[in-house]
Amino acid sequence: MKLNRLAISEEGFIFDPETGNSYTVNETGLKVLKALRAGQSPSEIAEALSEEFEISVPEALRDVEEFLESLKRFRLWEES
Amino acid sequence: MKKPYQKPTIVKLQIGTLREQKSALAQRVRFEIDGVPVKDLLQKFGSPLFVFSEKRLREQFRYAKRLFETHYPRVEFSWSYKTNYLDAICRIFHQEGATAEVVSEFEYEKARRLGVPGEKIIFNGPYKPRTILKKAVEEGARIHVDSMDEILDLEEIAKELERKISIGIRLNLDTGIYPRWDRFGFNLESGEALQVVQRIAAGGQLEIVGLHCHQGTFILEPAAYGRAAEKLLGFAQKLEEAFGWTIEYLDLGGGFPSRNRLKGLYLPPEVAVPPLSEYAESIAKALLSNLNSRDYPLLILESGRALVDEAGFLITTVQAVKRLPDGRRAYVLDAGVNLLFTAFWYHFRVDLGEEVLGPPEPSVLYGPLCMNIDVVEEAVNLPPLSRGVPLVLSPVGAYNVTQWMQFITYRPRVILITEKGEAEVIREAETLEDLVRLERVPAHLR
Ligand SMILES: Cc1ncc(COP(=O)(O)O)c(C=O)c1O
Repeated sequence: MKLNRLAISEEGFIFDPETGNSYTVNETGLKVLKALRAGQSPSEIAEALSEEFEISVPEALRDVEEFLESLKRFRLWEES
Repeated sequence: MKKPYQKPTIVKLQIGTLREQKSALAQRVRFEIDGVPVKDLLQKFGSPLFVFSEKRLREQFRYAKRLFETHYPRVEFSWSYKTNYLDAICRIFHQEGATAEVVSEFEYEKARRLGVPGEKIIFNGPYKPRTILKKAVEEGARIHVDSMDEILDLEEIAKELERKISIGIRLNLDTGIYPRWDRFGFNLESGEALQVVQRIAAGGQLEIVGLHCHQGTFILEPAAYGRAAEKLLGFAQKLEEAFGWTIEYLDLGGGFPSRNRLKGLYLPPEVAVPPLSEYAESIAKALLSNLNSRDYPLLILESGRALVDEAGFLITTVQAVKRLPDGRRAYVLDAGVNLLFTAFWYHFRVDLGEEVLGPPEPSVLYGPLCMNIDVVEEAVNLPPLSRGVPLVLSPVGAYNVTQWMQFITYRPRVILITEKGEAEVIREAETLEDLVRLERVPAHLR
């Protein structure tokens, strides 16, 4: 999976060795990215976010899906 | 306790992004207007919502009046109805001592209905229907003529009333400002104005007591007003000598800027917009140094925008979040160019109505209209917003609640925050009933 090839720093800097592009993610973005890498599903991720942060599960799920859209747009994520 | 939440975001780094992000971190949040929480206003009155501050209106008016009066002894402010003719707003300015400046039958009637006597109304504009023109003459309004045809109308009215009518004339002149609003009134430099005046004198029915000009709007050059004042005064002196009239007043129109960001102007308004005091100085200097031992003519100012713009806010709410094919983030708001006519010319200040965490990103703000032109802002740095987040746009007090369109959707409530901090409705939201009231369906279509 493409995500596994990314270099991800703890500060949220992402480097894609394939294209040479770099990105930055915020704290929750980093968590979502790591969780996706670990194979978690969007709803699992949303639940985890909701447990840790001030956010409901449905709202978190919507945001995770939006985040996935961004990943797809940057070609960092392909539907398997 | 759970941690404060930020929407997960990923931003592609480009050269310059880091620097931009840093400056954009100073995101502005406006929780309240004159002490009333934005949240409460939305809850009570709905979204979108125009909000005016009585405190700001009065303060700005008093400030401007005092400023000009400390530079020149005789000043009158005449409230430009077209800039904002909501009853409550006009009443505030009239209470503060402003007369009324109107440019149509509708505005004239609105001013009269508010109790403004004819002699406290200045009637400008290129088209004054004959009946209202006669009524205005009878009621003693100051008529500023715009064309030869209007002069002919007035001469006829003078005959009908069997008396001489005192009028003002509108001039257009070169003060170095472009575009030149030279379609209004009579040109000074070409000699047209003088010719017209000679014609008026020869007619024997009319007498000129005032000179008027209005150079344009959002004029960023104070010196242009000095030039206008000097030219008007010079012409007045010429008329007094040649025809024996007394030119009682010089009306320099409006056009002073508000602290708004004109498109194409890259400096922030705090830098680009000269303070009002420079305009006052320029005008007073031109008048005082050119007056040759006559009484001080009354100086009239028809300032609109500069008095009302910054007292007006529009609260709007994010209704949908989108990504455009080119990757930009976009929001659909419940207020668009139907309500914000001035969005075509100005970049409003966009404040968050509640705190939102997250890295700012250039975002597009769209209105609710199903029309491609409905863009409130092409690029504004905003953190990732969710549906329901309120935004506060300002300044929007000038020309929006008059030029707004009833198009596709209803127009919302307008409220005034009083000096006591109470929120009062000054215009109700439109309903279907309001909008269809004037429609008629022919029998065969029923
Ligand atoms: C004759 C006249 N006076 C006053 C105004 C008010 O102008 P502003 O709002 O720029 O002060 C206008 C605006 O177009 C105008 O046409």
